[in-house]
Amino acid sequence: MKVGTAGSKDSNDCFVTVKESDKTDIIIDSIVAAFFYDQIKATVEETLKEMNVNNVIVVVEDKGALDYTIKSRLISAIKRMK
Amino acid sequence: MFRSLLFIPGNNPSMIQNADIFPADAIIFDLEDSVDVLEKDNARQLVKNYLVESKTQPSFVVLRINPVDTSFFEMDLELILSKKVDYILLPKAGVDSLHILEEKLNEFETKYELPTVKVLALAETTKSIIEIYKIAKHCRVDGILLGAEDLASEIEIDRSNQGNEIAFARSRVVFASTACHILPIDTPNTNIDNEALLREDCLIAKSMGMKAKTAIHPSQLEVINEIFSPSQKEIEWANGVLAAKEENTGKGAFSYRGKMIDKPLILKAERILEKAKKFNIK
Repeated sequence: MKVGTAGSKDSNDCFVTVKESDKTDIIIDSIVAAFFYDQIKATVEETLKEMNVNNVIVVVEDKGALDYTIKSRLISAIKRMK
Repeated sequence: MFRSLLFIPGNNPSMIQNADIFPADAIIFDLEDSVDVLEKDNARQLVKNYLVESKTQPSFVVLRINPVDTSFFEMDLELILSKKVDYILLPKAGVDSLHILEEKLNEFETKYELPTVKVLALAETTKSIIEIYKIAKHCRVDGILLGAEDLASEIEIDRSNQGNEIAFARSRVVFASTACHILPIDTPNTNIDNEALLREDCLIAKSMGMKAKTAIHPSQLEVINEIFSPSQKEIEWANGVLAAKEENTGKGAFSYRGKMIDKPLILKAERILEKAKKFNIK
């Protein structure tokens, strides 16, 4: 199974893991989930769509990252997985 | 015209998201020495997305790329496609590396119809210091930054705050930059917890003709901005000189506060006031 990771668990960053799977699943563990869960999920979905990536499990361990940081880490993790 | 340029590690989201808040005249997003070789892709992606997507940006963006002889060079340079990069900071700058950078910038700018990106040359090798005038007069180069830590390492000497060991290099950067009307920028001070040492270092650099200094921590910016700005005393002197010039119209030289003033000092006064205006200092 191909796996890619990127980022860190430092403040304002996130650690993203992407694994090959038979379906797409997004798991978000965020310190700001109460306020931003939907926004983080939308960022992940939009980035997967832009990169035309399907059938992956995405795990986002978020420490308050801004949208562009989450997107960056996800793109790096996907490229590393490939 | 800058006084302060702050290095921000390219893989540090906490610092990047505050890039527009720090009181630096320019921000240097660093993809080189502050980024681990295994994290180069991550840093490049993060800086790229920040430049493209962040609604707030610093006044001036400088991108320190990896050297031209690394596999990262071209990928780093692609960040100019964001059209948000004002300057490329070229590490290990020399005539040969500038030539390679120039060719690649020309290629990108033509292919993607990009505005001209200027270059700050990082003079941090003995070869850079020897070739300094050729670097300074290159059409893309707008400033030269002295990189004393790499230079000291190459020569195998210890750095001191007094900086006697880099006096020759500092002077070479100042003379070449001044002759070519570009900005001489001083090496960062690595004492991030000692304001007195930073202040002393800035004053020495300024006395040798450096016009700006790099910071490696935001806490250094206040002192750097203060010292590389015109002081109240300088502004008062410059205003006095220009007022006396008005009173002595038609005279090539005149006396002000008991000293003879002629063209070079009038130009100096004008430069002081121009800088004060630029940085809103009254």
